[in-house]
Amino acid sequence: MRELALIVAVLAAFLCAPWLTDSGVVLNFLIMVLFATLLGQAWNILGGYGGQFSFGHAAFFGTGAYAMAVLQTVFAVNPWLALPLAILCGVLVALVIGVLSFRYGLRGSYFALVTLAFAEVLRILANTFDFTGAGVGLQLPLREAAGNMQFADKTGYLYLVLSFVAFGLMLSWWLRHSRYGAWLSAVRDNEASALALGIDALRVKLAAIMLSAALMAAAGAFYLQYFHYIDPHIAYGPAISIEALVGAIVGGLGSVFGPLLGALVLHLLGEATRNLMGDLPGISLVVYGVVLVLIVMFIPRGLSGLFGRRA
Amino acid sequence: MLSILFPSLLNGVATGAIYALIALGLTLIYGVLHIVNFAHGAALMVALYGVYFLFTAWHVDPYLALPIMIVAMFCFGYGLQRFVIGRASHGKDEYILLVTLGIAIILENLALALFRSDTHSIDTAYTLATVDVFGALIALPKLIAFFGALAVSSALLLLIGRTQLGRAIRAVAREKQGARVVGIDVEHIYAMSFGIGMACLGAAACFLLPAYYVNPLVGNGFVLIAFTIVVLGGMGSFAGALIGGLIVGVVESLGGLWLGESLGQIGIFVIFIAVLLFRPQGLFGQKGA
Repeated sequence: MRELALIVAVLAAFLCAPWLTDSGVVLNFLIMVLFATLLGQAWNILGGYGGQFSFGHAAFFGTGAYAMAVLQTVFAVNPWLALPLAILCGVLVALVIGVLSFRYGLRGSYFALVTLAFAEVLRILANTFDFTGAGVGLQLPLREAAGNMQFADKTGYLYLVLSFVAFGLMLSWWLRHSRYGAWLSAVRDNEASALALGIDALRVKLAAIMLSAALMAAAGAFYLQYFHYIDPHIAYGPAISIEALVGAIVGGLGSVFGPLLGALVLHLLGEATRNLMGDLPGISLVVYGVVLVLIVMFIPRGLSGLFGRRA
Repeated sequence: MLSILFPSLLNGVATGAIYALIALGLTLIYGVLHIVNFAHGAALMVALYGVYFLFTAWHVDPYLALPIMIVAMFCFGYGLQRFVIGRASHGKDEYILLVTLGIAIILENLALALFRSDTHSIDTAYTLATVDVFGALIALPKLIAFFGALAVSSALLLLIGRTQLGRAIRAVAREKQGARVVGIDVEHIYAMSFGIGMACLGAAACFLLPAYYVNPLVGNGFVLIAFTIVVLGGMGSFAGALIGGLIVGVVESLGGLWLGESLGQIGIFVIFIAVLLFRPQGLFGQKGA
């Protein structure tokens, strides 16, 4: 119950933010933190609760973003209608990857590598086909209207991504307290024992990768609406996969607030580095890498492991 | 048809030899430490910059830089394993994977911050020289790379198969606890193996740069190729890495010929995924890998 109250408090705090400040810089910072939180939450479902470390989560993100873009530009579908379809596309990609890799028993390093390879294959495909704009990418025409999921001020985007994050928090909470979540942790901790208890490990892992992909695809759709642009490198390149993984691990695997904590800390550190060192390319990712190594070295349970217990 | 096919095949074999050399380092590290070194591509990038700066700042010919780069990369690898990776592992594979990923991120983006994303290549007297091999023209640096890669690979096989250090490495790879019992310093052998794996990259960079280029993200392309080779040949198998390297080089070359530059790269990933799914022990590896 305390966790639920905390979820409501956190959401309320973000909800009130636009009344406290109208600075575009601050609001943009909050939006990017929430966006990174969403990526971390998605990764946390499969990596944290499920114990399957993916290095290619961009596969789902990119598919969500591209589906959203193609549906709007080519088929003239309204974005509010395109959103569930884009999420569905991401889930389908997850189903294919999941069936192939879990069916053949890939785990650990092998699973990480094969997801990376799938993301690369999708990047090459997006780079080749015409309907995805090939190497040039796809541009979303600017038509600012709430009905068009394009908002004139940042508050709209903040609430949009906040609603996704709220869903992610509830999902995470549910995984901690539901029968399905218990199955998933059982499969993570000892798959052989879980099988012996009659848990269908394959289905449990498939459900996890699909839930994870749904959040990831939603993040992709949000990215497109916010930046109006997507190309193969942004969509399927390693940066998104890394952001998702580092945020979740730094915050603490398998915890409800870990991804939010991780995203907040990483983005604060990123901003601080940019202020200190100037806007050198890649410098914030250097910080991510250093934090990742230090966390794994010294507090492998992540930042939230410092405060709380782990279920 | 044959007139395009043969040069393309030849080029594939020459590139494949370099790939094999890169993969040998990876497979050695996997075979001994049982870790997947995700920083392998980034380390190759570091080595390529090393060769590049030796050439531009001190006019050291890439081939003469060979001993310098081998020693430098060995020390780099030894230190990395001893002081960073070894300490962060906590005995879990996932953590090692994450630490090597972290190192890859740091190296790549540090290079990006320091050297910017510009692509550099070096201009030597022989950069554009070609040699006629049975009627097919092949770039001289590629031919040298082919024989160089074979020479370094043979030296590595001798080192592992015939020396006292090689015996210790094989002992640790086979049975870590037993090796400790008979007085082998396992941590030292781990770091030695990692260092030797990195030294292979130092050699590969010297052969690669005259025919290739360097930028901060150049390792990305190689990391999956090297993993493909290692998985194809069987994790930990040296002969597998050599043959796997040649196969991947040829597939890439022919894929580029038939599918065009952009789509051509896809062949490698398809092989990678297919091997992982259907034959994870590789073509030459033992069952249960």
